[in-house]
Amino acid sequence: MRSDASKLGFYLLLAPIVLWLLVLIILPHVGLFIVSISEKIGPRIYETGFGNYATFFGEPLYWRTFARTAIMSILATALTLILGFPIAYYIAKLTRGRTKTTLFLMCMIPFWVSELVRTFGWMILLRETGVISTTLQIIGVISGPIELLYNDAAIMVGLVYTSILFMVVPLVTTLDSLDDSLIEAGYDLGGTTTSILREIVIPHAMPGIVSGCIVVFMLSLGNYLTPILLGGKDSLWFTGMIYNQFITRFNWELGSALGFLLLALSSAIVFLGLKLSKQSLSNTMGRA
Amino acid sequence: MIPTIPQPRFTKWCYRAYVTAFFVYLALPLTVVCVFAFNDSVFPSPPWEGFTLAWFFGTEAPYIGVFHERSILRAIGTSAFVALWVSGLAVAVGTCNAFLFVRHEFRGKALLYMLMLLPLIIPGVILGISILVFSSAIANTLEDATGLWFDGLRPGLPLVILGQFSFITTFATLVITARLQKFDPSLEEAALNLGATKLGTIRQITLPFLMPAILASAVVSVLMSFENFNTTLMLVGSDSPLTITMFDKLKQGSTPVLNAVSLLLIVISAVLGLFSLFFPQSKS
Repeated sequence: MRSDASKLGFYLLLAPIVLWLLVLIILPHVGLFIVSISEKIGPRIYETGFGNYATFFGEPLYWRTFARTAIMSILATALTLILGFPIAYYIAKLTRGRTKTTLFLMCMIPFWVSELVRTFGWMILLRETGVISTTLQIIGVISGPIELLYNDAAIMVGLVYTSILFMVVPLVTTLDSLDDSLIEAGYDLGGTTTSILREIVIPHAMPGIVSGCIVVFMLSLGNYLTPILLGGKDSLWFTGMIYNQFITRFNWELGSALGFLLLALSSAIVFLGLKLSKQSLSNTMGRA
Repeated sequence: MIPTIPQPRFTKWCYRAYVTAFFVYLALPLTVVCVFAFNDSVFPSPPWEGFTLAWFFGTEAPYIGVFHERSILRAIGTSAFVALWVSGLAVAVGTCNAFLFVRHEFRGKALLYMLMLLPLIIPGVILGISILVFSSAIANTLEDATGLWFDGLRPGLPLVILGQFSFITTFATLVITARLQKFDPSLEEAALNLGATKLGTIRQITLPFLMPAILASAVVSVLMSFENFNTTLMLVGSDSPLTITMFDKLKQGSTPVLNAVSLLLIVISAVLGLFSLFFPQSKS
């Protein structure tokens, strides 16, 4: 009797998660794949085949945009790591108590604000009549207005800005757990700053570096707002291309194929990152 | 490198300068957004024309403030509606998941836990299009079979709610699970010994203990729902939430009324965010 009741309780708890994952995650992705391998040969008549994927590889615009998005995302991830590491180290090791909390919160606040607002801020700063251009004119560095928006550098600034928090937080967490005495011991044994960084600090921070890099890469790859608003019409970002196929051209078959390729790339990078660092998804993501 | 090890003064100053520059970089975009909400000009850009509150309270064109701009007010209402639904659903399912993962051992638990984390690594755009494709396929099949219309499965608010729910639930699950793991089961045993029923124990002992985590994840869910763009963009119908409305206005060319909305968003999200961080600690 008692075990029957607890069994019923177990199935009642199991039902929502199974329903959620099956109906909203698994089945939709299976459906996406099925649509991506169907080719339209007439009104409401479809044939199974890899024609949409062939279109992707046959059309340079598609795969070049794909490669460009991937490379820019990797670059953004590397930049975020290089810029974020000293900050995380500063917060974790060189500040204490109240200062530490304050600095940490100052990192968090931009992240709570909508990405749209952050990007809007960059538009006000960078555009031709914007704050930076005007300031430079007032102090006399340049004679006429300059357009800082709508180029790859602007996209990069926006991508790093949007995702830096996801690098800093896991890094602060892992660096916090590094005992100061290990660093002292390194100096006592004659280590230089570089060698200590290389042999003690970075190996210890590896889990944080990996989870930070994975999250930042995914966020950049899947970003839509920043490239479209800061990069303008020629930003050539893969998510923009997927959006066009779905909403503007109404070619859902090709759009699904492009979507699936993006998903494959991001999953492959996540998998690779986890394998290289010998981490598991639960360890890396569960903490974030 | 650490406070106990002396460093050359120059290195120290360079490091400090870098950290300062970094925080200026972080604050700059949000600061300009806020400052230009008070600029007496129809463009959110320099020069500074003087201080005004017209972008909040103005009623005469072109100075129509946030509180009188219908489209924005309606979008805020839509966003709030979506956020409440998403938050309620995500917290309910998240709480069930927490009990499932902490209290039960079963075959395939590790696999289910990994599947639960999957929404974190699926780009939001893909999540959006997969749900769009799937629900349209169901709608088509049902309509062919029955001859009725199934508007709920076409782009619109129900799909936006489901799309946001599909990944926000993961965050709610993680927060609530973490709290439930800290729970001392002997408290429940004591209640049962004293004659409480099983449901009564959970309602009077366990749920109050979980309340800080439940509230925090509800607040975070509302925040995430309010600011979500990628998934919503693919599923939105004729009623657009705030981020979509702002995006459309931004593409058409913006007036400082957008700055005013943004300022309100910044203040509200900072307050809610701080609340979600400090509330769980103050109770435990």
